[in-house]
Amino acid sequence: MQIFPRELNYLPLIGALGAAIAGGVVVFVFWYFFSPKNLQVGYSPEQPINYSHALHAGDLGIDCRYCHANVETSQEAMIPPTQTCMGCHAVVEAPTEAGAAELTKLRDYWERGEAIPWVRVHKLTETAYFDHSAHLAAGVGCVSCHGRVDQMEVVGVREPLAMGWCLECHRDPEPSLRPRDRVTDMDWEPGDEAEAALVADISTISPPEHCSGCHR
Amino acid sequence: MSAHEPIAGIGETHLLPPNMTFNDVTEAVARVTENKAPRGWWFLFIGALLFLGVLNAALGYLLATGVGSWGNNSPVAWAWDITNFVWWIGIGHAGTLISAILFLFRQKWRTSINRFAEAMTIFAVMCAGIFPGIHTGRPWFDYYMFPLPNQMSLWPNFKSPLMWDIFAVSTYFTISFLFWFTGLIPDMATLRDRSKTRVRRMVYGAMALGWRGSNRHWRNYERAYLILAAISTPLVLSVHSIVSFDFATSVLPGWHTTIFPPYFVAGAVFSGFALVLTLLVITRQVFQMQEIVTIKHLDLMNKFMLGTGTLVGYAYAMEFFIAWYSGNPYEWHVFRFNRLALTAEGFDGTMWWAYWAMISCNVLVPQIFWFKRMRTSIPVMFVASILINIGMWFERFVIIVTSLHRDFLPSSWGYFSPTLMDILLYLGTFGLFFTCFLLFIRWMPMIAIAEVKMALPAADPHWVPGHGDEGEDQDHAPATEPAPAE
Repeated sequence: MQIFPRELNYLPLIGALGAAIAGGVVVFVFWYFFSPKNLQVGYSPEQPINYSHALHAGDLGIDCRYCHANVETSQEAMIPPTQTCMGCHAVVEAPTEAGAAELTKLRDYWERGEAIPWVRVHKLTETAYFDHSAHLAAGVGCVSCHGRVDQMEVVGVREPLAMGWCLECHRDPEPSLRPRDRVTDMDWEPGDEAEAALVADISTISPPEHCSGCHR
Repeated sequence: MSAHEPIAGIGETHLLPPNMTFNDVTEAVARVTENKAPRGWWFLFIGALLFLGVLNAALGYLLATGVGSWGNNSPVAWAWDITNFVWWIGIGHAGTLISAILFLFRQKWRTSINRFAEAMTIFAVMCAGIFPGIHTGRPWFDYYMFPLPNQMSLWPNFKSPLMWDIFAVSTYFTISFLFWFTGLIPDMATLRDRSKTRVRRMVYGAMALGWRGSNRHWRNYERAYLILAAISTPLVLSVHSIVSFDFATSVLPGWHTTIFPPYFVAGAVFSGFALVLTLLVITRQVFQMQEIVTIKHLDLMNKFMLGTGTLVGYAYAMEFFIAWYSGNPYEWHVFRFNRLALTAEGFDGTMWWAYWAMISCNVLVPQIFWFKRMRTSIPVMFVASILINIGMWFERFVIIVTSLHRDFLPSSWGYFSPTLMDILLYLGTFGLFFTCFLLFIRWMPMIAIAEVKMALPAADPHWVPGHGDEGEDQDHAPATEPAPAE
């Protein structure tokens, strides 16, 4: 007696194919869409004040370390306190009306004695230990991880900051190194032989590749 | 002439009653799935479901709180979790041994118990699989253990025995499941053909995979069965060897031992047979299977337990001897003071009771099976099999906890006490095991109908030279070609 229709003979084949495809799709979705490359890159939150890195760091050519003053000595690059802004803007006025409106916001915070609620852009997972000073001491430029901040009106994430991305450089750091005094130079290109000679000797730095290097 | 006579000529007796027919076997096994479940079944099933609920609650609590809710803490980083894992996976070994190795050795008595034991294997491996999954602390990252593409540049560390474990256990589960299911196909077809309702016909029909019992089906089936048996045979030895590497490849005294792989395999088969026996003794009584699972089967299983139990006893003795003979003071310390702990003033140690529970249950208890009266006494074997399983649990506990709790550094010595969570989780796995097991005996042919039939006298006609009169002999002679006329 026939219980099931004949076409069901194809079920195992279709089922096996379906399972293989479904498995591949699930792995792909996690691998790609759940990755920092997809979830982090392009994150560019609205800030309480429309501060332009393109203007300050780009056009005016202020060094990164003028505001992110701790970057060479501490784990955190630090968000500058309002005092740093006021150091100039107590006297410097904006040339445009829009700019003046933003400066009014800044001065209001200053007068109220209130911290400006800047929104953090580059976030590493809490399980990873990262130290800015160590990377700068080795000669890794800001631009390697943060991109051309000097061209950003609004700062956003440009690199995935994923573990695999970190490891790429830790395994082969040489191409990302530059002379110690050019770390904040956004335009620096390798090629200048006199400068290349100043790059830290690769044998003196040993970026950790073991788990506890970053997961302490 | 009775069917008994021919093999009596070579000094053997039939496993099964000589007058048993094919239909008797089908009826005896299939009726369990067709009749109403006995009241006792419901009683046990509800109990098992309660324990399954305990397991789910315990797992939920564990996920929400973390493994800190267990008693594990430095220096005892592994305790009940890995003990339970090794214990459950060990129990699984009887199934594959019975179904694969005994099959290749043409041990026909396996047919009455193989289905039962294989099912237990699968359920035991399911219970075992829970522990390595949750003991990592963050089970949602368990996918790190599989070689999947990811953007963390993470790849399983194949140098780690814990990784070998993942592959050994998952291979074992897959192969055991396939083997079990392949064996079920003809019996599922039997149940399908006896079905009286549409639902039964559909369900058993789906599981029978279109089996019609044609010659070609049987040929393919037997070939597949043989191949699966050949694949499973090394697995019986490899899986627990690899589990033992979790310990043996470390440098902890009490773990760092080359004897571990064979010692673990023997122990696994030992405990597996014990649990099969515990459950079989009850089941054959409840479902009146005494004719199919005879006292002779139980006798043979007890011999296996005697053999493997004595092997385990030998391993214990040898481990001890090597600890002394090696002259390694750390190794000797573990065995002499942490485990044996026997001094002139009595026991002097914190964990001696575990070691002695293990020795008495695993080495002394099976020795009663040297006597045929003990091997054929159901109450004796029932109690012995339970004691053996307790002993085998203690074996793993002794290996893991006594080795860890006092290691090289006396300042870090500690002690292990289980918490309520440890206990509930362990009890909960019994809920999972027995829920699956009770559903299995209720709805599936718990004895391999087709295979038992192959072991019946009627399926195995013999002709013994010199037996019977001349006329009968000629009947048995192969009919090749007619004798040429003279």
